[in-house]
Amino acid sequence: MIKHSLVVAALAGLALSATAASARDQIRIVGSSTVFPFSTAVAEQFGKTSDFKTPVVESTGSGGGMKLFCSGIGVEHPDITNASRRIKASEFEKCGKAGITITEVKIGFDGIVLANSKANEQLSLTKQQIFKALAKKVPVDGKLVDNPYKMWSEIDPSLPSKKIEVLGPPPTSGTRDAFVELAMEGGAKTFESLADLRKSDKKAFKAVAHGIREDGAYVEAGENDNLIIQKLQANPNALGIFGFSFLDQNADKIQGSKVEGVEPTFENIADGQYGVSRSLYFYVKKEHVGVVPGIAEFVAEFTDEGTWSEDGYLVDKGLIPLPDADRKAMGASANGMAPLSM
Amino acid sequence: MTEMTASAAPFRRPDLSEAHLRRRYSAERRFKAYGIFAIAAATAMLLVLLSSIVAKGYTAFSQTYIALDIALDADRIDPSGDQDPQVLRKVKYQPLAKAALRDRFPEVSGRRDKRALSKLISGSADVTLRKFVMANPDTIGTTQTIWVKASDEIDSLRKGHVDRGAQESDRLVSDQALEWFDHLETDGAVDLRFNTTFFTAGDSREPEQAGIWGATVGSFLMLIVTLALSFPVGVLSAVYLEEFAPKNRWTDFIEVNINNLAAVPSIVFGLLGLAVFLNFFGLPRSAPLAGGMVLALMTLPTIIIAARAALKAVPPSIREAALGVGASKLQTVTHHVLPLAMPGVLTGTILGSARALGETAPLLMIGMVAFIVDIPGGFTDPATALPVQIYLWADSPERAFVEKTSAAIIVLLGFLIMMNAIAVLLRKRFERRW
Repeated sequence: MIKHSLVVAALAGLALSATAASARDQIRIVGSSTVFPFSTAVAEQFGKTSDFKTPVVESTGSGGGMKLFCSGIGVEHPDITNASRRIKASEFEKCGKAGITITEVKIGFDGIVLANSKANEQLSLTKQQIFKALAKKVPVDGKLVDNPYKMWSEIDPSLPSKKIEVLGPPPTSGTRDAFVELAMEGGAKTFESLADLRKSDKKAFKAVAHGIREDGAYVEAGENDNLIIQKLQANPNALGIFGFSFLDQNADKIQGSKVEGVEPTFENIADGQYGVSRSLYFYVKKEHVGVVPGIAEFVAEFTDEGTWSEDGYLVDKGLIPLPDADRKAMGASANGMAPLSM
Repeated sequence: MTEMTASAAPFRRPDLSEAHLRRRYSAERRFKAYGIFAIAAATAMLLVLLSSIVAKGYTAFSQTYIALDIALDADRIDPSGDQDPQVLRKVKYQPLAKAALRDRFPEVSGRRDKRALSKLISGSADVTLRKFVMANPDTIGTTQTIWVKASDEIDSLRKGHVDRGAQESDRLVSDQALEWFDHLETDGAVDLRFNTTFFTAGDSREPEQAGIWGATVGSFLMLIVTLALSFPVGVLSAVYLEEFAPKNRWTDFIEVNINNLAAVPSIVFGLLGLAVFLNFFGLPRSAPLAGGMVLALMTLPTIIIAARAALKAVPPSIREAALGVGASKLQTVTHHVLPLAMPGVLTGTILGSARALGETAPLLMIGMVAFIVDIPGGFTDPATALPVQIYLWADSPERAFVEKTSAAIIVLLGFLIMMNAIAVLLRKRFERRW
């Protein structure tokens, strides 16, 4: 008898949940793990200071978030997706086919840093040196060969004579995408032969520029940046690749390497001097505004000066804000829910 | 027969010589030594793991508080003077705490320094003050000494996680903040207290405001769903397969598949849950209901296998005796076999649900790996689980989350040890040997 009633209860629960799924009074956010710390901070603040429920934020990665976001309109689909890169044309098309109108909000920048333990000297690298150290194939005497460099000093005599050992994110990560695009491609372009290739065959160029060596010099250390920092402390000779907010929080243990002579500091990333930085975004589903309560208010909270400006609380979380003029324009278009067109 | 063996192998005398015996004894001693070494190695690893977790995590159970003399300005809090709770609730209290801090250090000037000063206290001072004022509305207009939480950096400093001897640039807390903190401490305005927030709050992005209660409730709701589904289904299938089903190709096929299912990686169940429960049945994302159903699928084979083993262990004489005095097959099972097998069944169920409690991979696919602040109130509210909370905190950039992560692991291990202890107790007390 007891078992019977348990089964009945379970079935009743199922039936109940089916009705519960048809209404939602809570914003759902998915997307990039890089934007996650900022999005969650705003969500928490929003839940505390407004009469709405605290939004639920999932960290699915930029690509995964877009997939969920563009799958349709309706309460079972998320309202907002975060991205550590701009929406791709293919994703925009997919969203359009599902009848979704998107509002794009650029929230600020994130620097990608190469850092090592403070127990060792600070490195100063150029993009070309980064490319030489990490690419799968490098041009030597005009010909593409498998990366022969084992020591930093083989790349440039000014660099220490230590083994090349870099811990970084796996290919699924947005940080890796951005790093490859900004640092590696930037380095590849400096070779004449590769620059020519870029003009004649873009695909072939990308294959070379985006190919990271697999002979053990580059170690895929997983998506957990804290883990990379721990490994850097244990191994002072290794270099790690991760987001600026982690450098900021661990400034007592690790130091960022200069890239093209520029140190990765808040100011240098904010004014664009530091070359390896990317923009962060979130995208709002316009069709859900007014259906799921609180979306417009959430966007207003996110774009409030007390949130995303230099004096805002997101700066404490490691966000590098947009310049004043851009921020004003972006805030206006976000709160007006301007539809994105590509 | 005897002739054949005799002719095939000549009679072999045992070698009882001293040297051979010694070899055999020393082989036995070596074997024992290997065993002891293996156990010692395993225990040492366990001890290292546990002690490192406890050493990192125990500090999270306390929290640093700072006493502030806060002027509860009547014009700011309650201009009309009627102590309306609706009005009191909406007041921004954080500026009051900041003002009190500035009064404490009047020499601090400049926007940057004032900002640094206000970072001594947690953003949750707002909540503390609101609670205080709403509970004691008569204090409005007076100055009260109220203990508010310190920020996570100051908390780390108080707990000795910050190296004071290091260069300022190599330290999370600036020289300035260090000085302020020392002033407060010599005045007796700093205190380390038990961290109740950790056990009563949901997740937060501020380490000093984060708690595991939300995740614990989520885990609990999920386990209820898991047990409500997998226990009856598991026991019924085990009873049918063991007591009623004919032994043929079909039941063999089912048995093999159940055993296979027990070895399927848990992420596969998560994918199944996403495809079936979420996309087909339209259950809400991140809900303990969907999570519990996925975990029920995962624990089902474990329960069936354990229940079948327990049923098999009941000697046939019991069944025969019951049938002999005229009991029906059903009566034999429900009156005799199942009650005798119950301790074994329950042990299997508890061990299965302990595994479910520690699972994150299947929850990833159904959206339970998420930042959720509100404590779930029901089976369809968004929720996370304890191991998910550990994963999320381990991934947070703020340093103070390191101790929270370890503390959450301690709590989760506590639950698991408790469940295993219950399983052992059940077995010890009720299991009968035949």
